[in-house]
Amino acid sequence: MSLQRSAVPAVWGVEDLTVRYGQRTALDHVSLAVPSSTLTAVVGGDGSGKSTLLRALAGAVRPAGGCVRRPAAHQVGYVAGARAVYTDLTVDENVAFVAEAYGIGRAEREARALLLLRRAGLIDARERLAGRLSGGMRQKLAFVLAALHEPQLLILDEPTTGVDPVSRAELWRLIAAAAAGGVAIVVATTYLDEAERAAAVLVLQRGRALLAGAPAEITARLAGVLFDLPPDAVPAGALPRSWRNGALRRVWAPAGRPSAAAAPATPTLADAVIVASLSAEKPAEEPGS
Amino acid sequence: MWAIAVKEFLQLRRDRRTVAMLLLLPFLFLIIFGYAASFDIKSVPTIVAGPLARQAQLLLPKVFDVVGVHPDQGRAEAVDTLRRGQAVVAVVTPAHLGGTPLLLVDGTEFFAARAAQVASATAATSGNAPAALGKVKTEVLFNPELRTSVIMIPGLVGLILVFVGTVATALGVVRERQAGTLEQLAVMPFRPREVFLGKIAPYFLIAAVDMVVIVGAGLLIFNVPFRGSVLTFALGALLFLFVTLGVGVLISTVSQTQGQAIQLAIMTLLPQILLSGFFFPLSSIVPAVRWIGYVLPLTYFVRISRGVMVRGTPITALWLPFLMLAMLGTLVFGLSVLRFRRDLAPAGKGAAGASREKGEAQEEAA
Repeated sequence: MSLQRSAVPAVWGVEDLTVRYGQRTALDHVSLAVPSSTLTAVVGGDGSGKSTLLRALAGAVRPAGGCVRRPAAHQVGYVAGARAVYTDLTVDENVAFVAEAYGIGRAEREARALLLLRRAGLIDARERLAGRLSGGMRQKLAFVLAALHEPQLLILDEPTTGVDPVSRAELWRLIAAAAAGGVAIVVATTYLDEAERAAAVLVLQRGRALLAGAPAEITARLAGVLFDLPPDAVPAGALPRSWRNGALRRVWAPAGRPSAAAAPATPTLADAVIVASLSAEKPAEEPGS
Repeated sequence: MWAIAVKEFLQLRRDRRTVAMLLLLPFLFLIIFGYAASFDIKSVPTIVAGPLARQAQLLLPKVFDVVGVHPDQGRAEAVDTLRRGQAVVAVVTPAHLGGTPLLLVDGTEFFAARAAQVASATAATSGNAPAALGKVKTEVLFNPELRTSVIMIPGLVGLILVFVGTVATALGVVRERQAGTLEQLAVMPFRPREVFLGKIAPYFLIAAVDMVVIVGAGLLIFNVPFRGSVLTFALGALLFLFVTLGVGVLISTVSQTQGQAIQLAIMTLLPQILLSGFFFPLSSIVPAVRWIGYVLPLTYFVRISRGVMVRGTPITALWLPFLMLAMLGTLVFGLSVLRFRRDLAPAGKGAAGASREKGEAQEEAA
């Protein structure tokens, strides 16, 4: 592997990236662009390669092939879930450690910490041990720590997993504010409703890119039609290409609308991901089966 | 109950280190206590000095293993030889037959000193040598009352340094890995050596404070003498810490959990406690097992600490333990740095160090 220095690119990201853990290929020729002032989402199930992609982008894992573009280390902020905080240090001690690591002066640190901790609702928890914070508060602290040095690239690995809805909303407000401030942000998430907030989404499945593009583009590219049926309209198992959609059952008909009675439904990003996943798993099956 | 037992066996089968420890420890204890652990001294390294040295060496009981005969030397040279740890007993013959031979015994070698005293007394009552030269006068040097604390406390300093250096360091580094924050450190703008030194510095300081406390308590409470150079002792302790901290970090790099780290630390601690000469004299351990003692760092620190504190051994006579600690330290520390670096610089961070300082972006290509 070689390491080249280049002028600061307009877009961070990975190109044709392959990562292997021993014999297992975790990422197979994956590309992702993370532009400034933009939120980019990486979506996928467990073991799909989301975290590996982010770790490679952060420089925590060595690629077997391809290219990674990232700013210098002191311009990268990385949150590896809730593990990014020292649970046996207080909020203030965590902040002080990170500030020291990035060479932020005392006065500047105090000003930035006050601003970020206030935005994150952690201002009254400064003396508390991070281990005693709730899951949501800990995740917000992890974000504060990653953003403290005002990085050019923020890499957030499942920042909202296991977080209550109110804290999720607060976290997303923090993330949106950072993106509005010019930071390039990439978020790995399992929540497709969160991914819909992103300017671009990369959907991974078993280490390969399944879908990529803006959420609206991805849903627009969906082939066939979706329609909803009452759950008891058809016997269970009769429609293998269907899934729950609230109280109804959403059905995918690749060849078009099966009957005039079924009104087409507006596809969401979640529908597009499920359809792509079904297509990847059963490419040889007859349409409508 | 059966279901739990089966589950336990399945888990145990995948926990190879615990299985290895459960199977190997009984063998290790069997070997150590069967062959190695012995207070019986079969030979005592001895020098014979004085005008009648050549005649006296032929008359000495078998337990005295004569390693040097110096007819031209007297008491002062013999004491110096013992101080330098080159022999445990020195027989200084009188100028003429009928005079009183002097049996000088190194009191820091507790069991060897006892064996020498017993052999000498037995020889005297049986009319054997060296009593043939006249009535033997025995003098125990450095630790005249053969007090155990005088022998144990210098060794204990080493044991405490092993404990803090190896166990605490290994746990400290593994805690970071187990919590997942080691990866966070890996992507922060630290050089691997900064993380390495930052992680071990607190344990180094704690170990140094522990050492000062133990030595101070030994001197003040247990009246252990400190006859040698403080600088020599400090240098030896520093080298020894260098090895033990290296072992600690090395253990941490091959352990995923604190439990695994403790298991491995115990596996390195036990042989050091039992085969370093701290409890059992190395000379009484069978040669097939004794070699293990010669690759253990505590063996050499015990020699340095007992030598410097109790006998006042000069650094020139301790070149071998110093050299061995330096070699072991370089080997262990080097290995631990390499392995630690691999954990912290997965994306070739070391090479990127300069660019990081200059604040340049990086393009990493495989």
